Amino acid sequence: MVDDSSRGTVPEFVQTLIRPLPRLPLTLVLTRIVRRFGARRPEVFERLAEYDPLTLLIDPSDLPFSFRVRLAGTRSQVDVVGKTAPCEAATRVRASLLVLMGLLDGTYDADALFFSRDLTIEGDTEAVLALRNAIEEAELTPAELLGLTGLPAHLLDRTAGDSLALLRRQLGAPAPSHVARGQ
Amino acid sequence: MSDRILLSLGPCFFNWSTNDLANFYARIADEAPVDRVYLGEVICGKRMPFTDPLWPGLIERLERAGKSVVVSMLALPTTTRERAAMQELVTLDRAVEINDVSGIAAREGRPSVAGPFLNIYNEVALTALAAHGIDCWCPTVELPLASITTVAQACPDIEVELFAFGRLPLAVSGRCTHARLHGLNKDSCGFVCENDKEGMAVETLDGRAFLAANGIQTLSANVQCTLMTTEALQTAGVSRLRLSPHSVDMIVVARIYRAMLDRELTPTEAENCLTELSLPGEPCNAYLAGEPGWQKIPV
Amino acid sequence: MAAVQSAELVCPAGTPAALRAAVAAGAHAVYCGFRNETNARNFPGLNFSESELANAVEFAHGRGSRVFVTVNTFARAGAVDLWRQAVDAAAAAGADAILASDIAVLDHAATRHPNLRLHLSVQAAAGTPEAIGFYAETFGIKRAVLPRVLSVEEIARLNTEIDVETEVFVFGGLCVMAEGRCALSSYATGKSPNLTGVCSPPSHVNYIEDEDMLTAKLGGFTIDRFAPDEPAGYPTLCKGRFITKGCASHLFEDPVTLNAAALLVSLYRAGASAFKIEGRQRGKAYVTQVVKAFRSAVDSLDDDEAAAAVAPRLATLTEGGRQTAGAYRKVWR
Repeated sequence: MVDDSSRGTVPEFVQTLIRPLPRLPLTLVLTRIVRRFGARRPEVFERLAEYDPLTLLIDPSDLPFSFRVRLAGTRSQVDVVGKTAPCEAATRVRASLLVLMGLLDGTYDADALFFSRDLTIEGDTEAVLALRNAIEEAELTPAELLGLTGLPAHLLDRTAGDSLALLRRQLGAPAPSHVARGQ
Repeated sequence: MSDRILLSLGPCFFNWSTNDLANFYARIADEAPVDRVYLGEVICGKRMPFTDPLWPGLIERLERAGKSVVVSMLALPTTTRERAAMQELVTLDRAVEINDVSGIAAREGRPSVAGPFLNIYNEVALTALAAHGIDCWCPTVELPLASITTVAQACPDIEVELFAFGRLPLAVSGRCTHARLHGLNKDSCGFVCENDKEGMAVETLDGRAFLAANGIQTLSANVQCTLMTTEALQTAGVSRLRLSPHSVDMIVVARIYRAMLDRELTPTEAENCLTELSLPGEPCNAYLAGEPGWQKIPV
Repeated sequence: MAAVQSAELVCPAGTPAALRAAVAAGAHAVYCGFRNETNARNFPGLNFSESELANAVEFAHGRGSRVFVTVNTFARAGAVDLWRQAVDAAAAAGADAILASDIAVLDHAATRHPNLRLHLSVQAAAGTPEAIGFYAETFGIKRAVLPRVLSVEEIARLNTEIDVETEVFVFGGLCVMAEGRCALSSYATGKSPNLTGVCSPPSHVNYIEDEDMLTAKLGGFTIDRFAPDEPAGYPTLCKGRFITKGCASHLFEDPVTLNAAALLVSLYRAGASAFKIEGRQRGKAYVTQVVKAFRSAVDSLDDDEAAAAVAPRLATLTEGGRQTAGAYRKVWR
């Protein structure tokens, strides 16, 4: 059994490269993605209605910053914050970047990764569970998140899927929780 | 319905020796200001061969002393023998406490008490069971008073008896916790539960009192001390209070409750008297308020 | 080529996506609930709206799967209509059966929807012929889900003494207390399966990391503590570690997962009509893996290898990584 969030981590040199990059563009892009998703798939946010807004801190253990996420449909907001910045979000989810992405697209089962300590949770357990259930239902793929359809969607998902699988193997990330889509 | 709230002594959950039981009920008969006494083994069929011979004599003694007696059935009859014994018990021509659904059909509509081990949470369920003979209901301990009141109002012909004193019966299991702890199983338990006359203390890893184990039963560590005025109880539709036997002097406990119901003590004074006794745990009462059962809110 | 169906594999569906996954993985039937306290997995963000259920029933029927709707909690005093409406909505959506345990709900279903199949939920804790017989005669239940405390021999004997079908759990979380008769959760938190449809509710769960240990608390009570090299667990009250007579232990039950794959043929021969997988609160990955594994075992009941293959396939999805055959083997008591 290994320590939490050290399996499948992005190498140090990549972290060093990322660190000085400007954060505002990333903030704007992510916020726009989530809001547009909220407009396209309101029923996903329906599942979170009683928490509106659901605020939590997504903390990739292998990136030099975190994401403070405020989920409120088309009024959602994503902010890129420093690791030591004071945070109003009482709820924190922490895992390596690959694990976080794998949780989003369904490669990983959140319970399994919680048991194995690859994922840690602090704060409002109920809100995290609600979010987990909403994500499960959303069936997120990269294309779904970006609102692509048709051939571009298929190509993006295929490429992203293959790249992520390759990265997971190379970085020693946990094995997928189930057989990959399409197999 | 009379003005007076009546007191009941619930069935003893614990594996007390036959000597202790005989002495206990003799004193109850002679001295306790209780109106009704429940007798019978509720928790473990393996104890029954020892206690069954006691009951007839005790019933007679208690009835002679003016107490009415209700015979309680097992909460979880499992073996063929237990099931057969319960099927016979419910055919008795006296009041019986039903603690498991398996006792309902064979009771054939004779007057019965629905014990706290039955799942009755609403007025529709209680009304349905009334058609099977239920004329008194001791609600499951987690039900808030608001719900109990709603049911009582919808079922005015059924008496409501609140579990007012003792460690709270929280769960029963197919597995025996006492046996498990000693590395045994239920069949070869050696009756280790007889060493824990109030249940075996179960603490959290921080050493905080939490629960108590009694064979297949799990109880609270804290002791329910429901203390309310007669007026408040009547408003809620309650006409009886049940006191569950513990090693503390139950005569004294019954006298305290009787005094409170007779308006000789306020609920606060009654609470002070109770807490002076050596109870097996801290007092609690919050279930009725819809809060976690371990908590105590001011009376 | 479809194998002859031995027993019906009944699979959990916490969300519409999980239902689709279960059906795709080979479920003969799926069970699900509405997004409110009428079912015993009333977790945040889980379960179905009425329109989602109707769509799900259409989807499942199109692929030869049945849908059972769980309305298996105990109706609140003064609010029984909510449960009646749930039954009506399930019937309107075309559900194949209702799972219920409260007399009020059973009564409504039997009276208003006499042609809708009625199954007795495990929450009714009916494990004897007398108890099952009461529900069969009074409400016409067609199937009883058996409590997880009976051995295979007891199940065999039971099936000779009743006229209704039985459904037994074969995988998932194990309830050590008599189901539907447990107030442990409300003692600590004020919420319980019978009061609100949840046990050990997440709203009262707190994980605290300090130094190396991860402490899991429920309602302020420490339920368990995990060293860095131990798998973490959810603080389900009866699976916790407690101190009795000075020693810490998993007093009531170890945090293991029931896996009766090796006993499927015995259970079938003991008269079980259906095998139930627990886990509506688990995700699609769990559902897909578990259903696939059990479907292949069910399709080849006499094949010991298929049965033996189930456990390793499901190791990462089990709590604590540990599995047990539970009470089915008599030593459990």
